[in-house]
Amino acid sequence: MRPESVPALWKFARLDFDSVRNRPVLLYPEGAVLLNETGKSILELVDGRRTVSEIAGILGERYQADVAADVSEYLSYLAERELIHDG
Amino acid sequence: MTADRPTTLLAELTHRCPLHCPYCSNPLDMIRAQGEITTDDWKRVFTQARGLGVLQLGLSGGEPMIRKDLEELAGHARSLGLYTTLVTSGLGLTRTRAERLRDAGLEHIQVSIQDVDPEIAERIAGVSSVKQKRAAVALVKELGFALSINVVLHRANLDRIGPIIDLAAELGADRIELANTQYYGWALENRASLMPTREQVAQAQATAEEAIRRYKGRMQILFVLPDYFEQYPKPCYGGWGKLYLVVAPDGKVLPCHGATQITTLSFDNVRDRSLEWIWHQSPAFQAFRGDEWMREPCRSCPRKTVDFGGCRCQAFALTGAAENTDPVCTLSPNRDMIDAAVAAPAEMLEYRYRTIAEPQRA
Repeated sequence: MRPESVPALWKFARLDFDSVRNRPVLLYPEGAVLLNETGKSILELVDGRRTVSEIAGILGERYQADVAADVSEYLSYLAERELIHDG
Repeated sequence: MTADRPTTLLAELTHRCPLHCPYCSNPLDMIRAQGEITTDDWKRVFTQARGLGVLQLGLSGGEPMIRKDLEELAGHARSLGLYTTLVTSGLGLTRTRAERLRDAGLEHIQVSIQDVDPEIAERIAGVSSVKQKRAAVALVKELGFALSINVVLHRANLDRIGPIIDLAAELGADRIELANTQYYGWALENRASLMPTREQVAQAQATAEEAIRRYKGRMQILFVLPDYFEQYPKPCYGGWGKLYLVVAPDGKVLPCHGATQITTLSFDNVRDRSLEWIWHQSPAFQAFRGDEWMREPCRSCPRKTVDFGGCRCQAFALTGAAENTDPVCTLSPNRDMIDAAVAAPAEMLEYRYRTIAEPQRA
């Protein structure tokens, strides 16, 4: 995922909360990815309109840190698994 | 040892099915309608499964559309937050029922196809079914479900894996699962007629790999080599009682759908016990957790944490002892059984079709 990419969640993936493990989770056909809070806050900003750099900007301001590399790496990991695509 | 939390429950709602596929994964000794657990039993099972940590639910069979309470069960699953897949032949998936399933919150439907060649497809299914399947697939797409096409591969269709993949794409599949026949139950009965040749397997693998690249981003393609043609066994569902459990139509709880063939184990039933007790405490689920149960060559093998000794059901079915190394492993003293089966495919393809036996009259 490049800074100008516009990530969108696979339409059959669903962000949910697993109350048993007390973890956010991404559910999709025949699979699930347990998320941490960072992953969840990134995915909550993925809406098919914001660019990667816009998402990194929002989170950077929230956490007062440069998170651009982390955001890009995390979204690329999900893109590799075809859970995110460049809309 | 302490158990992990399961992630996936396969609910085999019924063994009844209009199809007679000779590789069916149901046991030879199938459960009849009268033996099936009730709607309330299934709802309780789903609730308990979610409590144990299950995230993914498969509604399977037999043909799950035969259960009239399917929509109610799908709705209950969704209310618990489970991600649910309906595994169907497509037969019985009418517009009315598909709409009810969508309204109940079902998200994903897997439809089986037997072949791209209608004549061979129906010869395998043992019943006219191609038209109904096409109609069902069109409905799945129209109503916005995620669509997977599921194809069991064997000697009579493996050469058409390329056209099969193209057909799935044409039908608008989001995923295709190309599942090589696994030789348990009915498939073991029909092994000589289902077994592909080495050349077929090699060609199919090359075709699948090319298609995976070609369809990347449009359709996910899952292809796993048949274990008989591998050097090491498959790590069955991440190990016994680790992530996966199956509830059979009569309420028996199994670590995998083939486990009832291990006749030295007895399986507890959701009619008598909670799923939590069965997962954590029942002797059957504890039998092959970890590696304490292993014999040589597994016990001292560095691969024991990779493939967990392979499949217990296959070890039992072929060697008579579930503790033995899966004979698929080239380190197993029984590997010659596998090589012999691969080397001796049937000359004529004749199938013993899946049927539910008539009850014996006294």
